[in-house]
Amino acid sequence: MAFFLETLIGGLMAGMLYSLVALGFVLIYKASGVFNFAQGALVLFAALAMARFSEWLPGWTGIDSPILANIGAFVLAGLVMFAVAWIIERLVLRHLVNQEGATLLMVTLGIAYLLEGIGQGFFGNDIYKIDVGMPKEPVMVLENMFEGGILINKEDFIAALIAALLVGALTLFFQKTATGRALRAVADDHQAAQSIGIPLNRIWVIIWLVAGLVALVAGIIWGSKLGVQFSLATVALRALPVVILGGLTSVPGAIVGGLIIGVGEKLSEVYLGPYVGGGIEIWFAYMLALVFLLFRPQGLFGEKIIDRV
Amino acid sequence: MKTRKLMMAAALAALLSVPAIAAEQFFPVLVYRTGAYAPNGTPWANGYVDYLKLVNAKGGINGVKITFEECEFGYATDRGVECYERLKGKSGGATLVQPLSTGVTFALTEKASVDKIPLITAGYGRSESANGAVFTWNFPLLGTYWVGADVAIQHIAKKEGGFDKLKGKKIALVYHDSPYGKEPIPLLQERAKMHGFDVMLLPVAHPGVEQKATWLQIRQNKPDYVLLWGWGVMNSTSLKEAQATGYPRDKMYGIWWAGAEPDVKDVGEGAKGYNAMTLQHGAEPNAKVVKDTLAMVHAKGQGTGPKEEVGSVLYMRGVLSAMLGVEGVRKAQERYGKGKTMTGEQVRWGLENLNLDQKTLDGMGFAGVMRPVQTSCLDHMGSSWVRVHTWDGAKWNFSSDWYQADDKVIRPMVMLASGKYAEEKKLKPRTPEECKQ
Repeated sequence: MAFFLETLIGGLMAGMLYSLVALGFVLIYKASGVFNFAQGALVLFAALAMARFSEWLPGWTGIDSPILANIGAFVLAGLVMFAVAWIIERLVLRHLVNQEGATLLMVTLGIAYLLEGIGQGFFGNDIYKIDVGMPKEPVMVLENMFEGGILINKEDFIAALIAALLVGALTLFFQKTATGRALRAVADDHQAAQSIGIPLNRIWVIIWLVAGLVALVAGIIWGSKLGVQFSLATVALRALPVVILGGLTSVPGAIVGGLIIGVGEKLSEVYLGPYVGGGIEIWFAYMLALVFLLFRPQGLFGEKIIDRV
Repeated sequence: MKTRKLMMAAALAALLSVPAIAAEQFFPVLVYRTGAYAPNGTPWANGYVDYLKLVNAKGGINGVKITFEECEFGYATDRGVECYERLKGKSGGATLVQPLSTGVTFALTEKASVDKIPLITAGYGRSESANGAVFTWNFPLLGTYWVGADVAIQHIAKKEGGFDKLKGKKIALVYHDSPYGKEPIPLLQERAKMHGFDVMLLPVAHPGVEQKATWLQIRQNKPDYVLLWGWGVMNSTSLKEAQATGYPRDKMYGIWWAGAEPDVKDVGEGAKGYNAMTLQHGAEPNAKVVKDTLAMVHAKGQGTGPKEEVGSVLYMRGVLSAMLGVEGVRKAQERYGKGKTMTGEQVRWGLENLNLDQKTLDGMGFAGVMRPVQTSCLDHMGSSWVRVHTWDGAKWNFSSDWYQADDKVIRPMVMLASGKYAEEKKLKPRTPEECKQ
């Protein structure tokens, strides 16, 4: 029982981290109707910026304190993500208003390759460290109830808490602020939103900036766990089944989807893996998402699309 | 008339004064400086290319200048094969190929024999390709994965107080779910039968960034030792998960592709006590070849990568790999003509007749870095010596004496597996008589 609980908790925490990346997909889709394949590249780019600035800042400014260096690096990386959002809007999206969804999808693929290349070219392709003081050692809980207790990864626990806070803040932003409502209006219909005076260009910059900042937080958490290197871009692949399952338009869907996928893949690897040779968690996550789609094609929380024929 | 004669004489003199076109030897260099495995592929490539530049700085191979061209394949097997196809016929033909990928090695094994291009796979590739009678173009020089796995078990047995103490023990293999990661399994199963220990197999999907379930299983089953057969980010992730689940790092042994600076530097103190097999060398900042490279290549602004990386573990792997190729060419020149460009077939002869004794190696700047290598037509590995090194939180230090893989265990496995391969592919193995030709 203790082991099952450990696996379950591990899965839930991993799921929260997937949700964090999935949020980036949801944000852009909600605001522009674009499935943003560049989200993984944004995570990598943001994490590279954070890692390198925290390394370079002490040399540039003479700052001794790692905390100050990290804060400075966070601000600079945030500015870089703003610049990225502005450039993407200015050079790419502005010219593609009202284009087919497939065109926009392909454009995000191009942006992904560009960001990966430029990121590695400018910041380097080695493994870089982000040290924001996350605890690495495990903690044992419920030792009185279970022999040997239940192991909790402190780093994952804190990361899951941060992810939960971020999700809460974004939900409020979308539901309760004028900008959030404007973003949703743009997602529904570009032309209609423009006709009532919503500035499309500014909205797109805002949404890519928000997605960039979410990517920065995800990059810091994943980078602290894995080290900052190219594989961070592939973390987005772990979030794909999450958005398939949760629905592309729902922030709560990204969370619930993340939790289901996280738990599903860990339990499958531990309990089914040994019977089929192991290494099944990646494809099992996709399979789980596809099974859900059989019953709810729009995802768990996605909006049902009804078109007049 | 006199003027005409003078002009002809001048023209002839000018013609004679033009130096003869120097012979060149072309080395294709398959690299991955981008993608998930770039942090490990880059230092290897830098070491490989720097060594070729060093040889040129010293006058080439008996005057033959080395030319090379890199091809980036991102550790993707299909792109690796594409690189091979693109470069194999360039600049008069490829001398040899070193793909630095077991997947690409599997894919090229048949092609290389058709194209007559030797395939050096120092420390990787197919373990049974040590049998030169069947794998006539493959050269897993210095050691195969069966060598690495065998020495890991020997070392563990020594720590436990003898092979008999392994009975009832549990050894987990955390491996990259690819041809590379699966290579040690037959050897471990053979050793498990011999000594009565259990092998627990735990595959990790590419690129290896998600291993929570794997390490939860390790926590549940509590293996006595963990062998790590990873590459790239998988290695550091394993060490971080070991730390997060409280598995002792000093009970972990990596293969030589899981025992370099990129695998541990991001983990730092968390990897303290972690061990890895070495492909003879470790980090060698004091080796003469390193000092020569710094003085004759980097000091002249021709270094391929950063100066600080020179002498690191994977950089040295690249250096050794390049050196073995160069020495194959040098040996071939002894038979087919010094100062001439060698063909792939001639280089194969050179690689099959390598005899790098300690004195030669020391003279080349490899004193303390490696032991002698002697190949033959039937033995394409040439050496099976391994040391263990341990991460102290800041650097790698050797922590064992030399071990030699047990030929009594490995040889029958090589013969059996290569025999099966020959049967499958309908190949007629070379006889010792054929080797003499």
